[in-house]
Amino acid sequence: MTLITKRQLFRWRAISELVRYLRHPLRRRELLAGLMFIAPSFLTLLFFVILPVVSAFLLSFSEWEVLSKDRTFIGLGNYIDLLTKPELWKVIHNTLYFSMLKIPLDMALSLAIALLLNRKLRGLALYRTAYFMPVISSVVAVSAIWRWIYNPYFGLANALLKLIGLPPQTWLSDPKLAMPAVVLVALWKGLGYDVVIYLAGLQNIPVVYNEAAQIDGANGWQRFWYVTWPLLSPVTYFVLIMSVINAFQVFAQIHVMTPEGGPLGSTEVMGFYIYRLAFREYHFGRAAAAAFILFAIVVTLTALQRRFIEPRVHYE
Amino acid sequence: MKRAKRRISSLLSHVFLIATSLVMIAPFLWMISTALKGESEIYMYPPRWLPNELHWENFIRAWRTMPFGRFYINSIVVTTIITVNQVFTAALAGYAFARLEFPGRDTIFYMYLATMMVPGQVTMLPLFLLMDRLGWIDTYQGLTVPFLTSVFATFFLRQFFASIPRELEDVARIDGCGRLRFLWQIMLPLSRPALGAITLFTFLGHWDDYLWPLVITNSTHMRTLPIGLRFFVEESGTQYHYMMAAALITLAPVLALFFAAQRQFIKGIALTGLKG
Repeated sequence: MTLITKRQLFRWRAISELVRYLRHPLRRRELLAGLMFIAPSFLTLLFFVILPVVSAFLLSFSEWEVLSKDRTFIGLGNYIDLLTKPELWKVIHNTLYFSMLKIPLDMALSLAIALLLNRKLRGLALYRTAYFMPVISSVVAVSAIWRWIYNPYFGLANALLKLIGLPPQTWLSDPKLAMPAVVLVALWKGLGYDVVIYLAGLQNIPVVYNEAAQIDGANGWQRFWYVTWPLLSPVTYFVLIMSVINAFQVFAQIHVMTPEGGPLGSTEVMGFYIYRLAFREYHFGRAAAAAFILFAIVVTLTALQRRFIEPRVHYE
Repeated sequence: MKRAKRRISSLLSHVFLIATSLVMIAPFLWMISTALKGESEIYMYPPRWLPNELHWENFIRAWRTMPFGRFYINSIVVTTIITVNQVFTAALAGYAFARLEFPGRDTIFYMYLATMMVPGQVTMLPLFLLMDRLGWIDTYQGLTVPFLTSVFATFFLRQFFASIPRELEDVARIDGCGRLRFLWQIMLPLSRPALGAITLFTFLGHWDDYLWPLVITNSTHMRTLPIGLRFFVEESGTQYHYMMAAALITLAPVLALFFAAQRQFIKGIALTGLKG
Protein backbone atom coordinates (compact mmCIF):
# COMPACT_ATOMS: atom_id res chain seq x y z
CA MET A 1 0.00 0.00 0.00
CA THR A 2 2.65 2.50 -0.91
CA LEU A 3 0.49 4.75 -3.00
CA ILE A 4 2.19 7.76 -1.54
CA THR A 5 5.97 7.84 -1.93
CA LYS A 6 8.23 9.27 0.70
CA ARG A 7 8.93 12.35 -1.32
CA GLN A 8 5.24 13.00 -1.92
CA LEU A 9 4.61 12.58 1.76
CA PHE A 10 7.33 15.05 2.53
CA ARG A 11 5.97 17.54 0.06
CA TRP A 12 2.44 17.04 1.31
CA ARG A 13 3.60 17.57 4.85
CA ALA A 14 5.40 20.76 3.91
CA ILE A 15 2.30 22.09 2.19
CA SER A 16 0.05 21.15 5.07
CA GLU A 17 2.46 22.79 7.48
CA LEU A 18 2.40 25.92 5.38
CA VAL A 19 -1.38 25.87 5.31
CA ARG A 20 -1.49 25.47 9.08
CA TYR A 21 1.05 28.25 9.47
CA LEU A 22 -1.03 30.52 7.33
CA ARG A 23 -4.28 29.75 9.13
CA HIS A 24 -3.50 32.67 11.37
CA PRO A 25 -4.76 35.88 9.68
CA LEU A 26 -1.85 37.96 10.99
CA ARG A 27 0.62 35.58 9.39
CA ARG A 28 -1.29 35.71 6.13
CA ARG A 29 -1.08 39.47 6.18
CA GLU A 30 2.62 39.32 6.95
CA LEU A 31 3.21 37.00 3.98
CA LEU A 32 1.22 39.26 1.70
CA ALA A 33 3.08 42.33 2.95
CA GLY A 34 6.41 40.59 2.49
CA LEU A 35 5.64 39.58 -1.07
CA MET A 36 4.45 43.06 -1.91
CA PHE A 37 7.55 44.70 -0.48
CA ILE A 38 9.79 42.33 -2.39
CA ALA A 39 7.83 42.35 -5.65
CA PRO A 40 9.39 45.37 -7.41
CA SER A 41 12.91 44.19 -6.82
CA PHE A 42 12.14 40.51 -7.25
CA LEU A 43 10.37 40.93 -10.58
CA THR A 44 13.21 43.06 -11.95
CA LEU A 45 15.69 40.48 -10.80
CA LEU A 46 13.62 37.68 -12.29
CA PHE A 47 13.28 39.25 -15.71
CA PHE A 48 16.70 40.83 -16.03
CA VAL A 49 18.99 38.47 -14.18
CA ILE A 50 17.49 35.07 -13.40
CA LEU A 51 15.62 34.40 -16.65
CA PRO A 52 18.52 35.76 -18.74
CA VAL A 53 20.85 33.33 -16.96
CA VAL A 54 18.54 30.45 -17.91
CA SER A 55 18.24 31.79 -21.42
CA ALA A 56 22.01 32.22 -21.75
CA PHE A 57 22.44 28.65 -20.58
CA LEU A 58 20.14 27.40 -23.36
CA LEU A 59 21.87 29.70 -25.81
CA SER A 60 25.21 28.13 -24.96
CA PHE A 61 23.97 24.83 -26.45
CA SER A 62 23.05 26.32 -29.78
CA GLU A 63 24.87 27.45 -32.82
CA TRP A 64 23.68 30.85 -33.73
CA GLU A 65 25.15 33.54 -35.83
CA VAL A 66 22.87 36.45 -35.13
CA LEU A 67 22.91 37.69 -38.69
CA SER A 68 21.70 34.34 -40.08
CA LYS A 69 18.58 34.13 -37.86
CA ASP A 70 18.46 30.34 -37.59
CA ARG A 71 19.40 28.72 -34.40
CA THR A 72 20.32 25.05 -34.17
CA PHE A 73 20.78 22.91 -31.10
CA ILE A 74 24.27 21.47 -31.06
CA GLY A 75 24.46 20.10 -27.52
CA LEU A 76 27.90 20.53 -26.00
CA GLY A 77 29.34 21.61 -29.35
CA ASN A 78 30.28 25.11 -28.25
CA TYR A 79 31.90 23.94 -25.05
CA ILE A 80 33.88 21.22 -26.83
CA ASP A 81 34.93 23.67 -29.50
CA LEU A 82 36.12 26.20 -26.95
CA LEU A 83 37.83 23.77 -24.62
CA THR A 84 39.71 21.90 -27.33
CA LYS A 85 41.15 24.99 -29.01
CA PRO A 86 44.17 26.78 -27.54
CA GLU A 87 42.49 30.20 -27.81
CA LEU A 88 40.32 29.88 -24.72
CA TRP A 89 43.18 28.50 -22.65
CA LYS A 90 45.32 31.44 -23.57
CA VAL A 91 42.52 33.78 -22.52
CA ILE A 92 42.08 31.95 -19.22
CA HIS A 93 45.83 32.12 -18.71
CA ASN A 94 45.75 35.88 -19.34
CA THR A 95 42.86 36.34 -16.90
CA LEU A 96 44.70 34.40 -14.22
CA TYR A 97 47.89 36.34 -14.92
CA PHE A 98 46.03 39.63 -14.52
CA SER A 99 44.37 38.54 -11.27
CA MET A 100 47.37 36.86 -9.69
CA LEU A 101 49.53 39.87 -10.36
CA LYS A 102 46.98 42.47 -9.33
CA ILE A 103 45.25 41.06 -6.26
CA PRO A 104 48.24 40.25 -4.00
CA LEU A 105 50.02 43.49 -4.88
CA ASP A 106 46.84 45.49 -4.31
CA MET A 107 46.05 43.89 -0.98
CA ALA A 108 49.59 44.16 0.37
CA LEU A 109 50.06 47.76 -0.72
CA SER A 110 46.65 48.98 0.41
CA LEU A 111 47.04 47.34 3.81
CA ALA A 112 50.52 48.83 4.22
CA ILE A 113 49.27 52.30 3.35
CA ALA A 114 46.23 51.96 5.60
CA LEU A 115 48.45 50.88 8.51
CA LEU A 116 50.66 53.91 8.03
CA LEU A 117 47.69 56.24 7.72
CA ASN A 118 46.22 54.76 10.88
CA ARG A 119 49.22 55.99 12.88
CA LYS A 120 47.58 59.43 13.07
CA LEU A 121 50.29 61.02 10.99
CA ARG A 122 49.93 64.57 9.87
CA GLY A 123 48.35 65.13 6.48
CA LEU A 124 46.11 62.07 6.64
CA ALA A 125 43.29 63.78 4.75
CA LEU A 126 45.65 64.92 2.03
CA TYR A 127 47.09 61.46 1.46
CA ARG A 128 43.65 59.90 1.48
CA THR A 129 42.50 62.36 -1.17
CA ALA A 130 45.45 61.48 -3.38
CA TYR A 131 44.80 57.74 -3.13
CA PHE A 132 41.10 58.16 -3.73
CA MET A 133 41.27 60.37 -6.81
CA PRO A 134 41.80 57.51 -9.27
CA VAL A 135 38.97 55.56 -7.63
CA ILE A 136 36.28 58.11 -8.42
CA SER A 137 37.68 58.89 -11.86
CA SER A 138 36.10 57.37 -14.94
CA VAL A 139 37.91 54.26 -16.09
CA VAL A 140 37.84 55.38 -19.73
CA ALA A 141 39.41 58.73 -18.91
CA VAL A 142 42.22 57.26 -16.83
CA SER A 143 42.85 54.53 -19.40
CA ALA A 144 43.24 57.26 -22.01
CA ILE A 145 45.71 59.11 -19.79
CA TRP A 146 47.77 55.97 -19.32
CA ARG A 147 47.73 55.20 -23.02
CA TRP A 148 49.40 58.53 -23.48
CA ILE A 149 51.85 57.90 -20.64
CA TYR A 150 52.81 54.56 -22.26
CA ASN A 151 53.33 56.12 -25.69
CA PRO A 152 56.63 54.59 -26.93
CA TYR A 153 57.97 57.81 -28.49
CA PHE A 154 56.78 60.74 -26.40
CA GLY A 155 55.35 59.12 -23.29
CA LEU A 156 56.11 59.91 -19.70
CA ALA A 157 56.95 56.31 -18.82
CA ASN A 158 59.94 56.18 -21.15
CA ALA A 159 61.12 59.61 -20.07
CA LEU A 160 61.17 58.25 -16.54
CA LEU A 161 63.12 55.17 -17.60
CA LYS A 162 65.64 57.37 -19.33
CA LEU A 163 66.02 59.45 -16.21
CA ILE A 164 67.16 56.41 -14.25
CA GLY A 165 69.29 55.15 -17.14
CA LEU A 166 67.10 52.34 -18.48
CA PRO A 167 66.37 51.67 -22.17
CA PRO A 168 62.97 52.79 -23.53
CA GLN A 169 60.15 50.24 -23.87
CA THR A 170 57.21 49.89 -26.22
CA TRP A 171 54.85 49.07 -23.30
CA LEU A 172 51.40 48.29 -24.67
CA SER A 173 52.87 47.11 -27.99
CA ASP A 174 55.23 44.68 -26.31
CA PRO A 175 53.67 41.20 -25.85
CA LYS A 176 55.65 40.68 -22.67
CA LEU A 177 55.08 44.08 -21.11
CA ALA A 178 51.50 44.81 -22.19
CA MET A 179 49.85 42.85 -19.38
CA PRO A 180 52.06 44.14 -16.54
CA ALA A 181 51.48 47.66 -17.89
CA VAL A 182 47.71 47.11 -17.77
CA VAL A 183 47.95 45.62 -14.28
CA LEU A 184 49.88 48.63 -13.06
CA VAL A 185 47.01 50.87 -14.14
CA ALA A 186 44.40 48.59 -12.55
CA LEU A 187 46.45 48.67 -9.36
CA TRP A 188 46.79 52.44 -9.51
CA LYS A 189 43.05 52.86 -10.04
CA GLY A 190 41.80 50.39 -7.44
CA LEU A 191 44.29 50.89 -4.63
CA GLY A 192 42.53 53.82 -2.95
CA TYR A 193 39.27 51.95 -2.54
CA ASP A 194 40.95 49.16 -0.62
CA VAL A 195 42.96 51.67 1.41
CA VAL A 196 39.72 53.33 2.54
CA ILE A 197 38.10 49.98 3.36
CA TYR A 198 41.16 48.80 5.29
CA LEU A 199 41.48 52.12 7.09
CA ALA A 200 37.84 51.98 8.17
CA GLY A 201 38.43 48.42 9.35
CA LEU A 202 41.48 49.46 11.34
CA GLN A 203 39.63 52.34 12.96
CA ASN A 204 36.95 49.89 14.04
CA ILE A 205 39.41 47.89 16.11
CA PRO A 206 39.22 49.09 19.72
CA VAL A 207 42.50 50.67 20.81
CA VAL A 208 42.47 48.76 24.12
CA TYR A 209 43.53 45.49 22.43
CA ASN A 210 46.68 47.04 21.07
CA GLU A 211 47.36 48.86 24.32
CA ALA A 212 46.98 45.68 26.32
CA ALA A 213 49.40 43.90 24.00
CA GLN A 214 51.83 46.76 24.34
CA ILE A 215 51.72 46.62 28.12
CA ASP A 216 52.43 42.90 27.88
CA GLY A 217 55.57 43.81 25.99
CA ALA A 218 54.58 42.96 22.43
CA ASN A 219 56.58 44.79 19.78
CA GLY A 220 55.06 46.42 16.69
CA TRP A 221 55.34 43.36 14.49
CA GLN A 222 53.86 41.07 17.15
CA ARG A 223 50.99 43.49 17.73
CA PHE A 224 50.24 43.47 14.03
CA TRP A 225 50.47 39.73 13.64
CA TYR A 226 48.60 38.63 16.80
CA VAL A 227 46.14 41.48 17.33
CA THR A 228 45.50 43.62 14.25
CA TRP A 229 45.68 40.98 11.52
CA PRO A 230 43.16 38.55 13.12
CA LEU A 231 40.78 41.37 14.04
CA LEU A 232 41.06 42.71 10.52
CA SER A 233 40.41 39.34 8.87
CA PRO A 234 36.72 39.99 8.04
CA VAL A 235 37.79 43.09 6.10
CA THR A 236 40.57 41.20 4.35
CA TYR A 237 38.12 38.48 3.40
CA PHE A 238 35.67 41.02 1.99
CA VAL A 239 38.43 42.72 -0.01
CA LEU A 240 39.63 39.37 -1.33
CA ILE A 241 36.17 38.16 -2.42
CA MET A 242 35.38 41.44 -4.17
CA SER A 243 38.83 41.61 -5.80
CA VAL A 244 38.50 38.13 -7.26
CA ILE A 245 35.01 38.74 -8.61
CA ASN A 246 36.06 42.07 -10.15
CA ALA A 247 39.41 40.92 -11.53
CA PHE A 248 37.90 38.01 -13.42
CA GLN A 249 35.36 40.24 -15.12
CA VAL A 250 37.70 43.10 -16.01
CA PHE A 251 36.82 44.60 -19.37
CA ALA A 252 36.52 48.38 -19.69
CA GLN A 253 40.11 49.26 -18.86
CA ILE A 254 41.53 46.60 -21.17
CA HIS A 255 39.14 47.50 -23.97
CA VAL A 256 40.20 51.16 -23.87
CA MET A 257 43.93 50.62 -23.36
CA THR A 258 44.33 47.78 -25.86
CA PRO A 259 41.32 47.87 -28.22
CA GLU A 260 42.55 44.81 -30.13
CA GLY A 261 43.37 42.73 -27.08
CA GLY A 262 47.04 43.67 -27.04
CA PRO A 263 49.95 42.49 -29.18
CA LEU A 264 49.52 38.78 -29.98
CA GLY A 265 46.40 38.78 -27.85
CA SER A 266 48.53 39.25 -24.75
CA THR A 267 45.92 41.28 -22.84
CA GLU A 268 42.85 39.43 -24.03
CA VAL A 269 41.03 38.37 -20.84
CA MET A 270 37.75 36.46 -20.46
CA GLY A 271 35.54 39.54 -20.43
CA PHE A 272 37.16 40.79 -23.60
CA TYR A 273 36.99 37.42 -25.33
CA ILE A 274 33.26 37.02 -24.69
CA TYR A 275 32.63 40.51 -26.01
CA ARG A 276 34.67 39.74 -29.14
CA LEU A 277 32.87 36.44 -29.80
CA ALA A 278 29.45 38.05 -29.45
CA PHE A 279 29.77 41.52 -30.89
CA ARG A 280 32.61 41.30 -33.36
CA GLU A 281 32.20 37.75 -34.64
CA TYR A 282 28.47 37.42 -33.87
CA HIS A 283 28.82 33.90 -32.44
CA PHE A 284 26.24 34.34 -29.71
CA GLY A 285 26.05 30.65 -28.85
CA ARG A 286 29.77 30.29 -28.44
CA ALA A 287 29.97 33.56 -26.51
CA ALA A 288 27.30 32.24 -24.12
CA ALA A 289 29.33 29.06 -23.58
CA ALA A 290 32.44 31.13 -22.86
CA ALA A 291 30.42 33.29 -20.45
CA PHE A 292 29.32 30.15 -18.58
CA ILE A 293 32.89 28.94 -18.38
CA LEU A 294 33.74 32.31 -16.79
CA PHE A 295 30.75 31.96 -14.46
CA ALA A 296 31.90 28.48 -13.45
CA ILE A 297 35.40 29.76 -12.69
CA VAL A 298 34.05 32.60 -10.53
CA VAL A 299 31.68 30.29 -8.64
CA THR A 300 34.43 27.73 -8.06
CA LEU A 301 36.86 30.34 -6.78
CA THR A 302 34.25 31.86 -4.47
CA ALA A 303 33.38 28.42 -3.14
CA LEU A 304 37.07 27.63 -2.58
CA GLN A 305 37.52 30.85 -0.65
CA ARG A 306 34.49 30.08 1.51
CA ARG A 307 35.77 26.59 2.15
CA PHE A 308 39.40 27.35 2.86
CA ILE A 309 39.68 30.97 3.85
CA GLU A 310 36.46 31.81 5.64
CA PRO A 311 37.12 29.34 8.50
CA ARG A 312 40.25 31.35 9.25
CA VAL A 313 38.33 34.61 9.50
CA HIS A 314 37.75 35.82 13.06
CA TYR A 315 34.30 37.21 13.50
CA GLU A 316 33.82 38.98 16.81
CA MET B 1 66.65 57.22 22.05
CA LYS B 2 63.14 55.94 21.81
CA ARG B 3 61.95 59.34 20.71
CA ALA B 4 64.55 59.52 17.96
CA LYS B 5 63.54 56.08 16.77
CA ARG B 6 59.94 57.09 16.58
CA ARG B 7 60.82 60.22 14.67
CA ILE B 8 62.78 58.26 12.09
CA SER B 9 59.97 55.77 11.59
CA SER B 10 57.48 58.59 11.19
CA LEU B 11 59.78 60.25 8.66
CA LEU B 12 60.10 57.02 6.69
CA SER B 13 56.33 56.63 6.72
CA HIS B 14 55.92 60.08 5.27
CA VAL B 15 58.49 59.41 2.57
CA PHE B 16 56.64 56.27 1.52
CA LEU B 17 53.24 57.95 1.62
CA ILE B 18 54.42 61.00 -0.30
CA ALA B 19 56.07 58.86 -2.97
CA THR B 20 52.94 56.74 -3.52
CA SER B 21 50.67 59.81 -3.40
CA LEU B 22 52.76 61.44 -6.13
CA VAL B 23 52.33 58.37 -8.31
CA MET B 24 48.58 58.71 -7.76
CA ILE B 25 48.42 62.38 -8.68
CA ALA B 26 51.05 62.66 -11.41
CA PRO B 27 48.90 61.19 -14.22
CA PHE B 28 46.20 63.80 -13.51
CA LEU B 29 48.72 66.64 -13.63
CA TRP B 30 50.12 65.17 -16.82
CA MET B 31 46.63 65.13 -18.31
CA ILE B 32 46.07 68.79 -17.45
CA SER B 33 49.47 69.79 -18.76
CA THR B 34 48.98 67.92 -22.06
CA ALA B 35 45.46 69.27 -22.48
CA LEU B 36 46.88 72.80 -22.49
CA LYS B 37 49.78 72.19 -24.87
CA GLY B 38 50.05 72.97 -28.56
CA GLU B 39 50.44 70.25 -31.15
CA SER B 40 54.21 70.70 -31.58
CA GLU B 41 54.81 70.68 -27.86
CA ILE B 42 53.29 67.31 -27.09
CA TYR B 43 55.83 65.62 -29.36
CA MET B 44 58.77 67.10 -27.53
CA TYR B 45 61.29 64.81 -25.96
CA PRO B 46 62.10 64.79 -23.12
CA PRO B 47 58.58 65.90 -22.17
CA ARG B 48 58.04 69.10 -20.24
CA TRP B 49 55.55 69.51 -17.42
CA LEU B 50 54.69 73.15 -18.03
CA PRO B 51 53.33 74.23 -21.42
CA ASN B 52 55.04 77.16 -23.11
CA GLU B 53 51.74 78.86 -23.75
CA LEU B 54 48.28 77.82 -22.73
CA HIS B 55 46.14 76.45 -25.55
CA TRP B 56 42.66 76.76 -24.10
CA GLU B 57 41.22 76.26 -27.56
CA ASN B 58 41.96 72.53 -27.22
CA PHE B 59 38.89 72.25 -25.03
CA ILE B 60 36.72 74.03 -27.55
CA ARG B 61 38.04 71.83 -30.33
CA ALA B 62 37.36 68.67 -28.31
CA TRP B 63 33.90 69.86 -27.29
CA ARG B 64 33.03 70.62 -30.92
CA THR B 65 34.34 67.31 -32.26
CA MET B 66 31.83 65.31 -30.28
CA PRO B 67 28.57 66.27 -28.53
CA PHE B 68 29.90 66.06 -24.97
CA GLY B 69 26.93 68.11 -23.74
CA ARG B 70 24.61 65.42 -25.03
CA PHE B 71 26.80 62.70 -23.46
CA TYR B 72 26.49 64.50 -20.15
CA ILE B 73 22.71 64.70 -20.41
CA ASN B 74 22.52 61.01 -21.30
CA SER B 75 24.75 60.00 -18.42
CA ILE B 76 22.83 62.13 -15.94
CA VAL B 77 19.43 60.86 -17.09
CA VAL B 78 20.47 57.20 -17.19
CA THR B 79 22.38 57.21 -13.90
CA THR B 80 19.64 59.10 -12.07
CA ILE B 81 16.90 56.73 -13.25
CA ILE B 82 18.98 53.72 -12.25
CA THR B 83 20.00 55.12 -8.85
CA VAL B 84 16.54 56.27 -7.79
CA ASN B 85 14.99 52.95 -8.77
CA GLN B 86 17.69 50.88 -7.17
CA VAL B 87 17.51 52.67 -3.85
CA PHE B 88 13.71 52.59 -3.89
CA THR B 89 13.32 48.88 -4.70
CA ALA B 90 16.23 47.96 -2.43
CA ALA B 91 14.73 49.85 0.51
CA LEU B 92 11.42 48.03 0.12
CA ALA B 93 12.98 44.60 -0.28
CA GLY B 94 15.65 45.26 2.34
CA TYR B 95 12.93 46.13 4.84
CA ALA B 96 11.04 42.93 4.08
CA PHE B 97 14.17 40.82 4.45
CA ALA B 98 15.14 42.53 7.69
CA ARG B 99 11.81 42.78 9.43
CA LEU B 100 8.96 40.73 8.01
CA GLU B 101 8.64 37.07 8.81
CA PHE B 102 7.15 34.90 6.15
CA PRO B 103 7.83 31.43 4.77
CA GLY B 104 10.45 31.35 2.03
CA ARG B 105 12.02 34.63 3.05
CA ASP B 106 15.50 33.29 3.67
CA THR B 107 15.43 31.09 0.58
CA ILE B 108 14.62 34.10 -1.57
CA PHE B 109 17.31 36.11 0.18
CA TYR B 110 19.97 33.49 -0.52
CA MET B 111 18.85 33.42 -4.13
CA TYR B 112 19.39 37.18 -4.23
CA LEU B 113 22.89 36.81 -2.86
CA ALA B 114 23.70 34.04 -5.33
CA THR B 115 22.90 36.32 -8.27
CA MET B 116 25.72 38.63 -7.17
CA MET B 117 28.18 36.14 -8.61
CA VAL B 118 26.64 36.19 -12.09
CA PRO B 119 29.06 37.98 -14.41
CA GLY B 120 27.61 40.75 -16.55
CA GLN B 121 28.90 38.87 -19.57
CA VAL B 122 26.41 36.04 -18.96
CA THR B 123 23.24 38.12 -18.83
CA MET B 124 24.45 40.60 -21.44
CA LEU B 125 23.76 38.24 -24.37
CA PRO B 126 20.11 37.33 -23.72
CA LEU B 127 19.40 40.87 -22.54
CA PHE B 128 20.74 42.22 -25.80
CA LEU B 129 18.46 39.86 -27.74
CA LEU B 130 15.52 40.82 -25.52
CA MET B 131 16.14 44.53 -26.02
CA ASP B 132 16.42 43.90 -29.74
CA ARG B 133 13.04 42.21 -29.77
CA LEU B 134 11.49 45.01 -27.71
CA GLY B 135 12.99 47.58 -30.05
CA TRP B 136 14.85 49.14 -27.13
CA ILE B 137 18.35 49.14 -28.60
CA ASP B 138 19.73 52.66 -28.64
CA THR B 139 17.06 53.97 -26.24
CA TYR B 140 16.96 55.14 -22.62
CA GLN B 141 14.81 52.11 -21.78
CA GLY B 142 17.51 49.85 -23.11
CA LEU B 143 20.15 51.67 -21.09
CA THR B 144 18.28 51.62 -17.79
CA VAL B 145 15.67 48.86 -17.52
CA PRO B 146 18.07 45.94 -16.90
CA PHE B 147 19.50 47.74 -13.86
CA LEU B 148 16.44 48.89 -11.97
CA THR B 149 17.26 46.86 -8.90
CA SER B 150 20.42 45.99 -7.05
CA VAL B 151 21.12 43.00 -4.87
CA PHE B 152 24.05 44.72 -3.25
CA ALA B 153 21.93 47.72 -2.25
CA THR B 154 19.21 45.40 -0.92
CA PHE B 155 21.72 43.47 1.12
CA PHE B 156 23.35 46.64 2.40
CA LEU B 157 20.08 48.28 3.47
CA ARG B 158 18.86 45.05 5.02
CA GLN B 159 21.96 44.97 7.24
CA PHE B 160 21.35 48.54 8.27
CA PHE B 161 17.62 48.15 8.90
CA ALA B 162 18.30 45.10 11.03
CA SER B 163 20.38 47.26 13.38
CA ILE B 164 17.46 49.58 14.15
CA PRO B 165 15.68 48.55 17.38
CA ARG B 166 12.61 46.43 16.80
CA GLU B 167 10.81 47.95 19.79
CA LEU B 168 10.51 51.15 17.85
CA GLU B 169 8.50 49.37 15.23
CA ASP B 170 6.34 47.56 17.78
CA VAL B 171 5.39 50.83 19.43
CA ALA B 172 4.61 52.48 16.10
CA ARG B 173 2.55 49.49 14.99
CA ILE B 174 0.53 49.49 18.18
CA ASP B 175 -0.20 53.15 17.57
CA GLY B 176 -1.67 52.12 14.24
CA CYS B 177 1.21 52.97 11.94
CA GLY B 178 1.20 50.91 8.76
CA ARG B 179 4.33 49.16 7.52
CA LEU B 180 4.85 51.37 4.50
CA ARG B 181 4.37 54.48 6.58
CA PHE B 182 6.74 53.20 9.22
CA LEU B 183 9.37 52.53 6.58
CA TRP B 184 8.90 55.93 5.00
CA GLN B 185 8.53 58.11 8.08
CA ILE B 186 10.72 56.41 10.67
CA MET B 187 13.01 53.78 9.20
CA LEU B 188 14.30 55.76 6.23
CA PRO B 189 14.99 59.00 8.14
CA LEU B 190 16.88 56.96 10.74
CA SER B 191 18.90 55.31 7.97
CA ARG B 192 20.00 58.54 6.36
CA PRO B 193 23.76 57.78 6.49
CA ALA B 194 23.19 54.37 4.92
CA LEU B 195 20.87 55.78 2.27
CA GLY B 196 23.36 58.51 1.43
CA ALA B 197 26.19 56.02 1.20
CA ILE B 198 24.35 53.58 -1.03
CA THR B 199 23.02 56.36 -3.26
CA LEU B 200 26.51 57.71 -3.78
CA PHE B 201 27.96 54.24 -4.32
CA THR B 202 25.28 53.34 -6.86
CA PHE B 203 25.56 56.64 -8.67
CA LEU B 204 29.34 56.48 -8.96
CA GLY B 205 29.23 52.86 -10.07
CA HIS B 206 26.69 53.35 -12.84
CA TRP B 207 28.09 56.69 -13.92
CA ASP B 208 31.08 54.70 -15.08
CA ASP B 209 29.20 51.75 -16.63
CA TYR B 210 30.94 50.63 -19.75
CA LEU B 211 30.13 47.20 -21.14
CA TRP B 212 26.34 47.46 -21.36
CA PRO B 213 26.12 51.02 -22.75
CA LEU B 214 28.79 50.05 -25.29
CA VAL B 215 26.69 47.14 -26.45
CA ILE B 216 23.26 48.75 -26.37
CA THR B 217 23.97 52.11 -28.05
CA ASN B 218 24.61 52.61 -31.77
CA SER B 219 24.15 56.28 -32.51
CA THR B 220 26.38 59.05 -31.24
CA HIS B 221 23.55 60.96 -29.59
CA MET B 222 22.58 58.01 -27.32
CA ARG B 223 26.08 57.43 -25.97
CA THR B 224 26.81 57.98 -22.31
CA LEU B 225 29.92 59.85 -21.22
CA PRO B 226 32.29 56.86 -20.94
CA ILE B 227 31.24 55.50 -24.33
CA GLY B 228 31.42 58.92 -25.95
CA LEU B 229 34.91 59.45 -24.59
CA ARG B 230 35.96 56.01 -25.72
CA PHE B 231 35.00 56.79 -29.31
CA PHE B 232 36.75 60.12 -29.04
CA VAL B 233 39.91 58.33 -27.87
CA GLU B 234 39.69 55.87 -30.77
CA GLU B 235 39.26 58.61 -33.33
CA SER B 236 41.77 61.11 -32.02
CA GLY B 237 44.74 58.94 -33.03
CA THR B 238 47.93 60.55 -31.80
CA GLN B 239 46.41 63.98 -31.10
CA TYR B 240 46.98 63.53 -27.43
CA HIS B 241 46.32 67.16 -26.53
CA TYR B 242 42.72 66.79 -27.74
CA MET B 243 42.42 63.38 -26.10
CA MET B 244 43.54 64.78 -22.75
CA ALA B 245 41.28 67.82 -23.13
CA ALA B 246 38.34 65.47 -23.69
CA ALA B 247 39.35 63.31 -20.73
CA LEU B 248 39.50 66.40 -18.56
CA ILE B 249 36.08 67.53 -19.80
CA THR B 250 34.58 64.25 -18.58
CA LEU B 251 36.56 64.12 -15.33
CA ALA B 252 36.37 67.70 -14.10
CA PRO B 253 32.84 67.75 -12.61
CA VAL B 254 33.28 64.45 -10.76
CA LEU B 255 36.63 65.53 -9.36
CA ALA B 256 35.21 68.93 -8.39
CA LEU B 257 32.34 67.22 -6.61
CA PHE B 258 34.76 64.93 -4.87
CA PHE B 259 36.94 67.81 -3.65
CA ALA B 260 33.86 69.66 -2.40
CA ALA B 261 32.47 66.71 -0.46
CA GLN B 262 35.44 64.44 0.21
CA ARG B 263 34.50 63.58 3.74
CA GLN B 264 31.08 62.31 2.74
CA PHE B 265 32.53 60.41 -0.21
CA ILE B 266 35.09 58.56 1.82
CA LYS B 267 32.80 57.93 4.78
CA GLY B 268 30.11 56.65 2.44
CA ILE B 269 32.40 54.31 0.58
CA ALA B 270 33.90 53.00 3.80
CA LEU B 271 30.40 52.31 5.12
CA THR B 272 29.42 50.25 2.07
CA GLY B 273 32.57 48.20 2.48
CA LEU B 274 32.12 47.57 6.19
CA LYS B 275 28.48 46.59 6.10
CA GLY B 276 28.86 44.62 2.92
